[in-house]
Amino acid sequence: MSTAAFPAAVLPTQQIGSEPTSGPSTEQLLELSMGPQHPSTHGVFRMNVVLDGERVVRLKPVFGYLHRNHEKIAESETYLGSMPYTDRLDYICPLTNNWAYALAVEKLAGIQVPERAEYLRVIVGELTRLQNHACLVGFLMQDMGCSGTPLMYAFRQREMVLDLFEALTGARMMCNYMRFGGCRVDLPAGWLDQTKKVLQQFPRFLDEFERLLIGNEILMGRTQGIGVLSKELAVSAGISGPMARASGVDYDIRKVDRYGIYDRFAFRVPLGSHGDVYDRLMIRVLEMRESLGILDQAMRDLPAGPIVDPKTKIRGFRPKPGEAYGRIEAPKGELGFYLISDGSPNPYRYRVRPPSLINLTVLEDLCLGHNVADIVIILGSVDIVLGEVDR
Amino acid sequence: MDLEKIKSEVEANVPGCRLETVANPSPSVQHSLRLDPEHAVAVATFLRDAVGLRFDFCSNVTGIDWPPTEVSQKVKVRRLVEGVEQEVDEVQKTTTPGSIEVVYHLFSIELKHGPLVLRMSTQDRDAGVHLPSLTHVWRSAEFQEREIFDLFGVVFDGHPDLRRLLMWDEFVDHPMRRDYIEPDDFEYEPTAHDEVLRRAQQHQSETRPADEGGIR
Amino acid sequence: MKRVDETLKSELGRQGIFTTTLQDLYNWGRTSSLWPLNFGLACCAIEMIATTMARYDLARFGAEVFRPSPRQADLMIVAGTVTKKMAPQVVRLYNQMPEPKYVISMGACAISGGPFKQGYNVLKGIDRYIPVDVYIPGCPPRPEALIEAFMALQKRIDAQQLTGTNRPRHLNADEPSEFAVPQFGAHDLQPAKNPAVWNAPLVQISQTGNDGSGKN
Ligand code: SF4
Repeated sequence: MSTAAFPAAVLPTQQIGSEPTSGPSTEQLLELSMGPQHPSTHGVFRMNVVLDGERVVRLKPVFGYLHRNHEKIAESETYLGSMPYTDRLDYICPLTNNWAYALAVEKLAGIQVPERAEYLRVIVGELTRLQNHACLVGFLMQDMGCSGTPLMYAFRQREMVLDLFEALTGARMMCNYMRFGGCRVDLPAGWLDQTKKVLQQFPRFLDEFERLLIGNEILMGRTQGIGVLSKELAVSAGISGPMARASGVDYDIRKVDRYGIYDRFAFRVPLGSHGDVYDRLMIRVLEMRESLGILDQAMRDLPAGPIVDPKTKIRGFRPKPGEAYGRIEAPKGELGFYLISDGSPNPYRYRVRPPSLINLTVLEDLCLGHNVADIVIILGSVDIVLGEVDR
Repeated sequence: MDLEKIKSEVEANVPGCRLETVANPSPSVQHSLRLDPEHAVAVATFLRDAVGLRFDFCSNVTGIDWPPTEVSQKVKVRRLVEGVEQEVDEVQKTTTPGSIEVVYHLFSIELKHGPLVLRMSTQDRDAGVHLPSLTHVWRSAEFQEREIFDLFGVVFDGHPDLRRLLMWDEFVDHPMRRDYIEPDDFEYEPTAHDEVLRRAQQHQSETRPADEGGIR
Repeated sequence: MKRVDETLKSELGRQGIFTTTLQDLYNWGRTSSLWPLNFGLACCAIEMIATTMARYDLARFGAEVFRPSPRQADLMIVAGTVTKKMAPQVVRLYNQMPEPKYVISMGACAISGGPFKQGYNVLKGIDRYIPVDVYIPGCPPRPEALIEAFMALQKRIDAQQLTGTNRPRHLNADEPSEFAVPQFGAHDLQPAKNPAVWNAPLVQISQTGNDGSGKN
């Protein structure tokens, strides 16, 4: 990264209530409310769009249609009692949410995690990344009007991974798998072999996908140069995860923080150079390939041993007063938990740093000047889950 | 990075600012730096731009409610008791006004360090809830400060678009405050008692005639 | 209307004579092509999507055509948490659907608020505002459970009569087909429930003998 100073501040392009600065008079503009029930918004998300013909001149996201008061409820739950709620934040990838929360509590209370548990966390975490990215690519193709097939293929892969989760944790989606200082259960017999089988099929799925789509003229015409996010804006707006890396920001928390045991694995961090929708799509495909590599290494090296730190108290768990911020590289970006303990069994303050919400900060900047149909794919390429946006 | 070093560097470069380190006793050892609201924007800009610090990535912004606390102290006072002047114990109560604290977690993408934790507090929880907005320094604060405005009721001066983020516009409360009272939700178990029973009786008398089990 | 003798009907069918009643035809038409509204609220919606995909294949039940517009749909699957901010929109969507219309309340949240019941912005069950035909518990219900709900709904439709006092709502001109849309209030939705659809559950309280101890 260059050492030149960043531009003073990258400000919101237009302020609410102000007339669009240039272009036709207000009578010619059309106001359109997309959502909260709209097939392309991936849930209950709403955008107030002002259009000049087909061109977007203003866009204001409206949040809160899935505001489920997770943070308030957590203040009256015990620390462990919030673990199942984290599953429901980003409900496509429950296991990474568990991980981020467990990591924050472990920082708060100074808990060590046994080696085997760390490996298990990496394995389920990377499996989660695989199925999240597969789903994202499927949904994004669906948004582009490629109805059915890619999403169907993606869900076929996802179902295989969900079967693994179900065998391991007992639930397809709401896994509630991690505990402070380790994991809840050890692998059932034959799980690793089954996982290897599933993973052997994955490269074929990716190859097929790439053959189908990546060199596809229509796809390139539809996505290249659309929704370009500059590196400076990405950093200033707190964009994280694959979206930031598609804009060339070299920042992967797995490499920077080296939380858990990520320093033991060899993997590359794919970076984009244009920051458009096409790059964001490709980053996901490349990340899936890297995840496959990490999974191979983790399953090869998996040691024997305990899966939870025996010294950790489950009942009557009361961390000493203090606070901690723990974060991981979730499939959608930096997922952090900020906890304040006052010495009681419930956290005094419990805050989720939601990557989906913060990645939407730049939505207006990305959409300005593009057509209505492009809003849909730009939103799709951000990769949001409303449970996490609104919490 | 050493917090004391950052503190002295900031103090040398932003004249007049008052900083204070806040120790964090937990094993996470993430200590924080308390800013004074008047110089917050200048300090934040310096932290973002200074060579060697470059906290260009504001990751997390959040609020914490500290409601008023009552501290009771026992003091000895001389007073007339039954005609005789005596020394008696008396409990004196002092109330602190409480405040809302806003916390910023900063990282550096360029130099790959962090977190640096900044804190600011409002004067109280009613009228003095104004703080400067740091959205112009880090754009990522935009939605998060709106969320704090919505749920905690902190007014960020200089924010480009300060509206409620999650609740609807007609809503008047700030639900993440600790003294927020939820509206009645008509929920009670079949064997209600005490307060819940009273509420149940109230609902039934409102909605059902007496011969159907309602109580008048 | 007299029911056709079932044994006679099957006997005739074996002889190559097809008999039916208007009612059977009418119910058969409605059962075999339920068009759900393409409408997901939260986590449960992901399981709903999974149900329509190749593995669980909802198309086997004639319900794979998810319509993005309420005007073309006749089944609303309330899949996920209904927040207070979303509730008016859900009711509005329901009102926009043409009769005959049905509602499946999918998951703990849509039934009662589920795990988020204590939340200040969570509606404690969509049946406070619109009538629900089938409830499926679960968090989330598995795809098999959603299929079970479809079959339950189809059985229910099959058993409906064209005339008589227990005829379905849409054949009864006196029954409403639209329900009041709640408004955003200062603290809560206004009204907090629709008394035409839902009332606070009854608690059996004898007026005199209850001392609040729970023993009557
Ligand atoms: S019932 Fe459970 S899975 Fe369904 S929306 Fe509610 S929390 Fe999510």
